[in-house]
Amino acid sequence: MKPGIKLKSAVCDTEVLVIKAGGAGVVSCGGAPLVEARTGGKGAVDPAFADGTKMGKRYTDAAGTLELLCIKPGTGSLALDGVALHLKDAKPLPSSD
Amino acid sequence: MDISLILKMAADAEPHRVGLTCDGRHWTYAALWAAATGAAVEITASGCSHVALLDTGSEAAPIALIGAALATMPYCPLNYRLADADLAALLTRIEPAFIIGDVDRVKKLAPNSGHTVFSRYDFVTLAEKAAVPDREAGEGESIAVQLFTSGTTAAPKAAILRHSNLVSYIFGTVEFGAAEPAEAALVSVPPYHIAGIAALLSSIYALRRIILLPAFDPQTWIDLCAREKATNAFVVPTMLSRIVEMLDAASNKPDLTHLRAIAYGGGRMPIELITRALELFPDTNFTNAYGLTETSSTVALLGPDEHRAAYGSEDPEIRARLASVGKPLPSIELEIRDEDGKVLPPGEAGEIYVRGDQVSGEYRDRSALIHGGWFPTRDAGFLDEDGYLFLSGRADDVIVRGGENISPGEIEDVLLTHPSIADAAAVGVPSTEWGEAVAVVISLKGEHPGDAEIKTLIRDRLRSSRVPERILVVETLPYNEMGKLLRLEVRRLLQTAG
Repeated sequence: MKPGIKLKSAVCDTEVLVIKAGGAGVVSCGGAPLVEARTGGKGAVDPAFADGTKMGKRYTDAAGTLELLCIKPGTGSLALDGVALHLKDAKPLPSSD
Repeated sequence: MDISLILKMAADAEPHRVGLTCDGRHWTYAALWAAATGAAVEITASGCSHVALLDTGSEAAPIALIGAALATMPYCPLNYRLADADLAALLTRIEPAFIIGDVDRVKKLAPNSGHTVFSRYDFVTLAEKAAVPDREAGEGESIAVQLFTSGTTAAPKAAILRHSNLVSYIFGTVEFGAAEPAEAALVSVPPYHIAGIAALLSSIYALRRIILLPAFDPQTWIDLCAREKATNAFVVPTMLSRIVEMLDAASNKPDLTHLRAIAYGGGRMPIELITRALELFPDTNFTNAYGLTETSSTVALLGPDEHRAAYGSEDPEIRARLASVGKPLPSIELEIRDEDGKVLPPGEAGEIYVRGDQVSGEYRDRSALIHGGWFPTRDAGFLDEDGYLFLSGRADDVIVRGGENISPGEIEDVLLTHPSIADAAAVGVPSTEWGEAVAVVISLKGEHPGDAEIKTLIRDRLRSSRVPERILVVETLPYNEMGKLLRLEVRRLLQTAG
């Protein structure tokens, strides 16, 4: 995993862009590891990871080493080694353009 | 990941929301995305190497910008105000290009060339017909935008911005969909300026409708602002000066209370002007943005609260911040260094260096980045104790008049062609209208030709923007022992002479 690559959920429509790659560990969505390309049919979303992802939101782990930007929303939710990622607080800058 | 993702996300999230208004026509994000995908088909089929825009701002700008990204070709908007010879030289440098805009001018300046040329209307019509909206955003990591700098003494430099630079800038400074549905940004900077490109990408990512004003004129700006109920605007100081002048003179002041935020940048903002603007727009948030083409636009900004705090303060140090460009973005590192590259403490002036993912510092033929990935901006400035950045001019003495870079050398060369002029120096002096204006100091070897004759000489040989507002005659110009003209001393001479 490296910054700039796109990953997809194997079980829902979620797609994310890697902003910070973080360390080791399995990143999952809807309970299944993220994949670069979906093969075959989608599996089912694990009800324990079914809070959904929101378009344009950033998700991060407690340590702040992993950061994913949702570029397509889905019904699954993101996790690192089974621990749910949380929404990163937006610290909005005034528009300068 | 490339910049097309920015428009793709907007089109996926809010396909039916209006993203752009130009000449009375509205474009939804879905319509812009569809046209961009069609533009990519046509661009790829052309077999060209660059996509160029030779036109004022219109829907063709974002469609070509994103279309070029999807076709993995650099987007290269050109300055249509350039003189024929200068523009012809640039056209040669990007051949074969897919050019949108002034068909007749391209045919005249580059006959028998390999360019493929379309009028704005033909390009947009073609792009809409060829649309393949179901396609994904692009994966390109190459050059997104190539901008020719104004050029000083040599030929204009081709600055390049990679997709990673622009995407980092947008993701680092804008929250996706942050704008409320009623928000609209009035964009009047030309499409060939980095601010014009940043305005498109930032507004699209924020889901803030863009209102394009193709050619700036203060009355048109005010009318369009009022009619479209603009909530945001970006202006260069010269534009703000004209708007303020127009509003001050108006007997029937238009209602512009919907204008919640004005951002400005691109040149020195005179303190008298920003003070008057803060009075005229008491409920508007002002933001000063400092950035360069090579840094994908903004690297430092002075926010609305800091404007009001400085404006209302009795403390001279805090009040002085109104003349600063604020603090570096959280995603950027910024240092002031001396000529030997040593980092300077607060209060000491030197050259501004920046580092970050949005900083390209790259030209077509070389990278200007130095050890550690730092970019020497060639801008001079200092940081105060609290980290506010103050600019003190170009490290290399370029005069910036109304956002236009003017090389002192070109003016001096023309002056020296006059039989009565022995020596000449051109420098920028503070101007309320232009940020900086041209002033010249000369020494004579014959009869004084008179100010009018000197002004006519410059106007005829160069352009009206080069005509000096002040002309001072001295015995001799100040040089150091190495024979280098001391421009700082020249400025002092002008100051002393009043």
